Amino acid sequence: MKNLMRYLSMRLLLTIPMLLILLTVVFIVMRVIPGDPVSAMLGDHAPVKFVAEKKHELGLDKPIWEQYIDYLAQLSRFDLGRSMILQEAVTAPILEKLPATIELTLTGLLVALGIGIPLGAWAAKNRRSVGDFTARLYGNIVYCIPVFWMGLILQMIFGVAFDWLPIAGRVGSRVMSSDFEQTGFYLVDTLLKADLKAFTDVAIHLILPALTLGITLSGIFLRLTRANMLDNLKSDFVLAARARGLPEGKVVYGHALGNAFVPVLTMLGLQFAVLLSGAILTETTFSWPGMGRLLLERIYLRDYPTVQGIIVIFALFVSVISLLVDIIHALIDPRVKY
Amino acid sequence: MSEPLLKIDELCIDYPIALGTVRAVRGVSLEVQGGETLGIVGESGSGKSTLGLAILRLVRAPGRITAGRVLFEGKDLASVPEDQMREVRGKDIAMVFQNPLTSLNPLMRIDRHFLEVLRTHKPELKKPEALKLVREILTDLGIEENRMGAYPHQLSGGMRQRIMIGLGLVLRPKLVICDEPTTALDVIVEAGFIDLLKRLQKEFALTIVVITHNLGLVAELADRIAVMYAGQIVENAPAEAVFHQPLHPYTQGLIACVPNIDVEQETLTTMDGSPPGLVDPPPGCSFAPRCPLAMGRCREQEPPLLEHRPGHWAACWRINNE
Amino acid sequence: MKNTRVSQLPPSPGGLLNRALHAFSTAGKTYGAEWYILLVGLFIVVFMIFMTAFPWLFTSFNPSDQDAGPQLAAPGGIHLMGTDNLGRDIWARMVWGAQTILGVAFAAALISSLIGIPLGLLSGFVGGPLDRVLSLTMDSVYSFPGLILAIAFAAMMGPGVVNITLAVAVIYIPTYYRLVRGQTISIREELYVEAAQVLGAKRWTILGRYIFPNVIATTVVVFSVNIADAIMTEAALSYIGLGLPAGMPDWGMDLSMGKKFLPSGSWWLITFPGMMIMTLALGFTLLGEGLAEILNPKLLER
Repeated sequence: MKNLMRYLSMRLLLTIPMLLILLTVVFIVMRVIPGDPVSAMLGDHAPVKFVAEKKHELGLDKPIWEQYIDYLAQLSRFDLGRSMILQEAVTAPILEKLPATIELTLTGLLVALGIGIPLGAWAAKNRRSVGDFTARLYGNIVYCIPVFWMGLILQMIFGVAFDWLPIAGRVGSRVMSSDFEQTGFYLVDTLLKADLKAFTDVAIHLILPALTLGITLSGIFLRLTRANMLDNLKSDFVLAARARGLPEGKVVYGHALGNAFVPVLTMLGLQFAVLLSGAILTETTFSWPGMGRLLLERIYLRDYPTVQGIIVIFALFVSVISLLVDIIHALIDPRVKY
Repeated sequence: MSEPLLKIDELCIDYPIALGTVRAVRGVSLEVQGGETLGIVGESGSGKSTLGLAILRLVRAPGRITAGRVLFEGKDLASVPEDQMREVRGKDIAMVFQNPLTSLNPLMRIDRHFLEVLRTHKPELKKPEALKLVREILTDLGIEENRMGAYPHQLSGGMRQRIMIGLGLVLRPKLVICDEPTTALDVIVEAGFIDLLKRLQKEFALTIVVITHNLGLVAELADRIAVMYAGQIVENAPAEAVFHQPLHPYTQGLIACVPNIDVEQETLTTMDGSPPGLVDPPPGCSFAPRCPLAMGRCREQEPPLLEHRPGHWAACWRINNE
Repeated sequence: MKNTRVSQLPPSPGGLLNRALHAFSTAGKTYGAEWYILLVGLFIVVFMIFMTAFPWLFTSFNPSDQDAGPQLAAPGGIHLMGTDNLGRDIWARMVWGAQTILGVAFAAALISSLIGIPLGLLSGFVGGPLDRVLSLTMDSVYSFPGLILAIAFAAMMGPGVVNITLAVAVIYIPTYYRLVRGQTISIREELYVEAAQVLGAKRWTILGRYIFPNVIATTVVVFSVNIADAIMTEAALSYIGLGLPAGMPDWGMDLSMGKKFLPSGSWWLITFPGMMIMTLALGFTLLGEGLAEILNPKLLER
C-alpha cells in the first residue's frame, strides 16, 4: 500500500511535464501562429489605435516569451482569465458545461466498450468464421462512419421517422433542469432527488447521443480486443489452462479475455482523445449543451480567452484520464512495478 | 503383458497451410505401461510436441488428428465427445509445459490457479478443504505456504516449474506428460527437478511421458525411449539399449553428438544436414538424405518399424540386411 | 523440384504476364479474406481518384448551378440523388466535392508523414535526451483530442484550403512519429543490425540500408489508414463550419446544410454526402488493412 502511494505520487509528478507540453501547444496555437486574438476579434477594419490599446490591456504587446511566462503564471493560480466580450470569468460557462460533456463521454464510452469488447472477444474465438468476418466488417464500417453523420442518421430514423426518441438537448421542456441541478450530472442529480420522472426524461435524452458516440467508437475497441485475444488464445497459459480441463468458456472469457483487457485498458487512455473529438461532434449534432458546443459558440463569437480556457480544460481532462488509466492498470496488473 | 495404460495406434496429424499440408505426425504407434516412464526424443520439428498435445487432443489449430487412435484405459481419446475429454484433462492426464512463466496466467495468484482446477473437477469440495489440499501439495513440493498468494512473475523459474507440477498432480492423475520440462531451467535447478519428479513418481505411482531433445534428461528418467524423426518413430527400445546398442543410424548419430567428459575430444561431433520438409516428404526413409549408411533401397521404400531384439524396435533397411 | 522448373521458364514477356496473372488469381487462396478486403479497398480508392480526375465524365450538371432542377426534389429521374434546397444537383456536388476532400486529406497526410517520419527516424536512431523530449512532446499531443487541436488551428488561421490542410496535417504528425520511432528502435536492436555495426558499418549505412526500407514498407500501410482519418477530420471541420470558403463543393458542408431540412423529411440531403464520406474513408481503411494483413499482420494491432 505504501508502495502504491509512492507509485501514485511519482505518476502524478510525471503528469506535470505532459500538462506543461500541452499548455505550451495551446499557447503556440492561440498566440504564435499568424493571427492574434485581438485582430481576429475586432476584424481587419478596426482602428489601429484601438487594436493597440486592446493589445496593451491584455499584455499582448509584450515579447512572446514574457507572454508565455504570464500565461503559465496565471494558469498556476488556477485562473483562466476573463472573457473580453461577455465580461465574465472564463471558468463560469466552463463549469456549467463540463458535466454535460463528461456525462455524454462516459456513457458513450460504456456503450463502446459494451459492444466492442464482447464482440471482439467472440470474433477472436471464432477466427476466420463468417461471424468473425462480419464482426470485423462491422468494426471497419463503423470506424469509417463520421460521428456526426451517425448522429444524423439515428435522428432521422428514431427521431423523425418513428418519433420515438428526442433528438436535442439534455432534458425535455416539461422537466425543469433547475429543479434538480446540483452536481450538473443530470443522471446523478435526478437520482439524488429521487425524481424518477425526471430521471427517465434525462435518460431518454441521453440514448441517441450515447449510442452515436458509442457505436462509432466500438469499432476501435472491437479491433483492439480481437487482436489481443488472438495473441492470448495462442499463448501458453491458455493451452495450459485447457490441459487442466477447464471449461472452454472459462478459458476464453476468463483467462484470455482477462489478459486481453490489460492492453485494451492502456489503449483506452490514448483512445480517450478520439472519444472527446467524437463527443464534440455529437454535441453539435444533438444540441447537447456541453464543452464542444461552448467551444464552437465562442469561436463564432471570437471570444478567444474563453476558447483558450476551454482547450486548457481539455488538456487537464486528458491528463487526468491518463493518470486514472495508469492507476487502474497498476491495480489490476500485478506485473506493473511500483 | 497387461493392457497398457496408453496406447497410440497409427496416429497421423496434419497441419493444412497455404503451401499444402504439413504432416507433423505420420503413423506413430506407441505403448506406455502403467508405472513406466517413456521418453520421446527428437530434434525440434520432429513432431514430438505435437504428439504430446495430441494425447490430450489439444493440437494447436489448424492442426488436427486425421487418422489413428489414442487409447487411454481402453477409451479412444481421439473420438470421445469434448465434455468427456475435458474430464480426462487434468483429472486423469496432466501436462507440464516447457515454459512455466508463460504457462501460468500472469494476472492470477498461485492459489487461485489451484482452486480453479479443484473447483472444476471436484465441485463438491468446500473452499477450506480445497485450500488444505493445496497447502499439502505445495509443502510436498517444498514451496513455502506464504508463496501461495504470490503472482507467477514473483517466483523463480524452478519454483514456477514446481507449481506447474503441483497443478498437474493436485488431482492425482494417472499419467503426466512433461513437454521439455527442464528447457527453461538452469542446470542446478534441472537436477533438483529431476529428483523431485523421481520422488513424485514413486509417491503417486505415476506413469510419465517425457518429451525432450535432451538426452541427459531421458537418461536420468526414462525406462523406455522412443526416438522420433520427421514425424515418425525410428527406434523404440529400453533406455539401456538405446544408449548402449542403438540400432538406427539416426539414434547412433544422436548418441555420438553427446559430449563425453571421459574422452578427450578435439571437436564436438555433429550431424550434417537438416530434417526434410514435411510438406512433400521424399519417398523412402526420411533420414536417407542425411544417413551415412544409406543405400539405393532407402531412397525408394520406407522401412517398417520392426522388432529386431525383444522389445527393441527400429525402422531401418540396414539392420534387416545384416 | 517444382520450384526449379518454374525458374527455368524463359523470361518472355508473355511468360511474365502469365505468371503475374497466375499470382493474382492464386493470391485469394494464399491470403484468404484479406486479399478480397484489399481488392474492395483498392477498387473504391481507384474509382474515387478517377472521379476526382475526370468529374465531367460522371455528371453533366454544374455543382453550383442553382437552376439545375426544382428545389428539394427527391432522388430519381435526371437527378440521381435529388436536389438540395437551392435546386442544385446533389450527385454533381458529390462528384465535384470528391476533389476537395480527397485533395485536402491526401495533402495533409503527405505533410504529416514528411514531418513525422524523419523526426521518428532521428529520435529512434539517435536516442538520448533528444529522443526523450521529442517522445514526451509527441505523446502529449497524441493524447490530446486531435479535432479540438484542428478546430483551434482552423479558427485562428481562418478559412482556406491551405489553412485547413495544415490544421489537419498538424494532428497526424505524432501518428507517424510514434510508429517510425518504435520501428526504428526495434530494428536497431535486431541482431543483424548489431552484427553490421560490429563489422564497422557506418551509421548512415545502417539507417539507409536496414532501417529506412523496413520503415517505409509499414508507413505505406499507415499512410492509407491515415488518409481515411484525415478525410473524416476534414469532413468534421467543414461540418462545424470551420472548413473551406463557401462556394467550393464540399461533402461536410453539404451535410451541415442538409441537417436543417432533416425534420421536414428530406432524407437525401444528409444520406448521400455522409455515404460518400464513409465510402471514401472505408476504401482507404480496407486498402490499408488488407495491405497490413498481407505485409505484416501485427502492424495494425497496436
